[in-house]
Amino acid sequence: MRFDARGLRLDAHIPQLFIIAFLVLLAGAALRLDSPVGLMLGDSLVRLGMNGVLALSLVPMLNVGAGLNFGLPVAISAGLLGMCLAVNCRLRGLPGFFAAIFFACVAGVVLGWLYGRILNRVKGREEIAAAFVGFSFISIMNFFWATAPFSNPAMLWPIGGKGMRPAIGLRGYFAGVLNSLGSFTLFGVTVPTGLLVFFGLLCLGVYLFFRTSLGRAMIATGESEPFARMAGIRVERMRLLGVILSTVIGAVGICVYAQSYGFIELYDAPLMMAFPAASAVLAGGCLGGRALVRHVVLGTYLFQTTYVLSGPVANGLMVPEAAEIIRMLVSNGIILYALIYEGTRRRKHAA
Amino acid sequence: MRRNLVPAVFLVLCLLGTYYSRMGASFVAGEIVTRFIRDGVLTLSLVIPVAAGMGLNFAMVVGSMCAQCGLVMAVDYQVSGPAGLALILAVGLPLSILTGWLIGLCMNRVKGKEMIASIIIGFVATSVYQLVFMTGYGTVITPHNRDMMLSRGVGVRNMIDLAPFRNIVDRLWVVDICGVELPVFMILAVLAVACAVWLVLHSRLGRHFRAVAESGRKARLSGIDVDAVRIKAMILSTMLACLGQVIYAQNIGMLNVYTAHLNSDVFACASLLAGGATIYTAKVRHALLGVLLFHGLFIVSPQAGQNLFSNAALGEYFRSFVAYGAIAFALIMNIRRENLESAGRGR
Repeated sequence: MRFDARGLRLDAHIPQLFIIAFLVLLAGAALRLDSPVGLMLGDSLVRLGMNGVLALSLVPMLNVGAGLNFGLPVAISAGLLGMCLAVNCRLRGLPGFFAAIFFACVAGVVLGWLYGRILNRVKGREEIAAAFVGFSFISIMNFFWATAPFSNPAMLWPIGGKGMRPAIGLRGYFAGVLNSLGSFTLFGVTVPTGLLVFFGLLCLGVYLFFRTSLGRAMIATGESEPFARMAGIRVERMRLLGVILSTVIGAVGICVYAQSYGFIELYDAPLMMAFPAASAVLAGGCLGGRALVRHVVLGTYLFQTTYVLSGPVANGLMVPEAAEIIRMLVSNGIILYALIYEGTRRRKHAA
Repeated sequence: MRRNLVPAVFLVLCLLGTYYSRMGASFVAGEIVTRFIRDGVLTLSLVIPVAAGMGLNFAMVVGSMCAQCGLVMAVDYQVSGPAGLALILAVGLPLSILTGWLIGLCMNRVKGKEMIASIIIGFVATSVYQLVFMTGYGTVITPHNRDMMLSRGVGVRNMIDLAPFRNIVDRLWVVDICGVELPVFMILAVLAVACAVWLVLHSRLGRHFRAVAESGRKARLSGIDVDAVRIKAMILSTMLACLGQVIYAQNIGMLNVYTAHLNSDVFACASLLAGGATIYTAKVRHALLGVLLFHGLFIVSPQAGQNLFSNAALGEYFRSFVAYGAIAFALIMNIRRENLESAGRGR
């Protein structure tokens, strides 16, 4: 049943080839513009660790058969809440960061449970429902941010002292704690050791999780619910667990992102964050099959490097906006290709 | 009873909002009339895809973009008045037939996931569209009107003044009733489009739409070319969206070249659902009623938020929550019922 569709096929790798081609094009242009190679390599490593966890958070839901998690804003809101609590308690440095992650995980479990219950009701059409659950959750959170009873003035509007700022600076709290942990410079490339080790550990955790019997039960659920049910797996429960796991990892992901970026961005900032994460996983080669950790790492690296390169290239172009527009085109084109690819496969199976 | 629940909730929210916003009834009524003629056709463009079983067509933004291509072209060649309007439609409608056909081809390959695909199609099309106007104009396409270009000579300005087209059809046959201006011509025009959609739905093609929506397999057995019918639904929807955006833009009088079409899909979908449609059934009256209710709420909620919580931003958030939340709620409820029904049939 499985191997016939999973052999090495060119059309399954088109997104990857496409993004590599785009990357080569950008790299060529960047080199001609004499951009600092070492700085950009270091930057691409930072962006890998920074965005990798968010992309990794899609894996459990993909494997349990709940589709691409376009409701990532739910997970991100949990993470933002965790960080705001930590900043409100004026927790600093690494302990502050881990406290934020702890709060984020708690919020992630609660929200993930609710979110998973919703997704169990819309089986087969999770992606569209998730996207709008995510969008509407952002506006619910906007209410919360505007009225939340936080007290640290660093987080509130300077005038009036009510409601959260759209961007909260983390300098003095936990900005860059992972990035600077054990970082070193080699041949002009600054390696953010702590960030990469943290990302690596999470990847290892997810990898090992899907080798346990629980993880295998989830994969079985994603492959075929009727078979899983016959094998005595409680399908609804597995799906709920998968969604909770995705939400918790996503909540951690935004903490990692924010500490690297240096700001907590509230309100509408996370509205569209699900889409780049989805195309990163797809660009890594997860098409019509299981999502693997290596898809996440490879995809995020390729995808984020296009960000790093398009900056300097844009400045060399006559129309600087073009680099960003083309990057968006590639990003969403990958998702569209994946939908069409899988639809065509379903159609062939049905015929 | 249950069918009218959503419109009833919206009606109550509208009335409460109007009460707390302390805006005059005639002001609110005037605004609602404006929104009705501005957004009516855009909302009507969603009825046909739902009837054909393809769900909410978020790719209608592509139709809006086709209209904007026509608008930019008309400004570029400085053709104003009715001739300009004709040019806009002459550019926009063929373009929307072409793009609607392409969207239909995509939709036939993503059966069961049409809605999420239509969102992504909108994003991809937006990038292509922005690329054309940002880099194409001034390089490949020679502009004739320097005023609409950025000072660097490449790329169209963000904002284009549509003064030559502003309210060109809106000001026809305006009647004043108790301080509310009624642009009779435009109201009739929107109703005429509504009638046209109704006629399509009750024609042979409309029966085919319903057959395809009911069961693709049965429709195929009775000799209907399912894929062709679905493509026709997308073409009609895109054309109506194009027409709707022309009306919208000439009413506003300014064109935000790169962003004017964004969100038109979300507002149109939320309006349709507010009128009582589901993602499986939509009628013309749902669209007409929904525009009134949804935009009524849209007009009053910021001021109501200001008066109730002394914070206008809360009204804004409530607005976006209503738009996104109405769609999320409808999706969850409708898909759940569909799943329960199909599980019942399977047993």
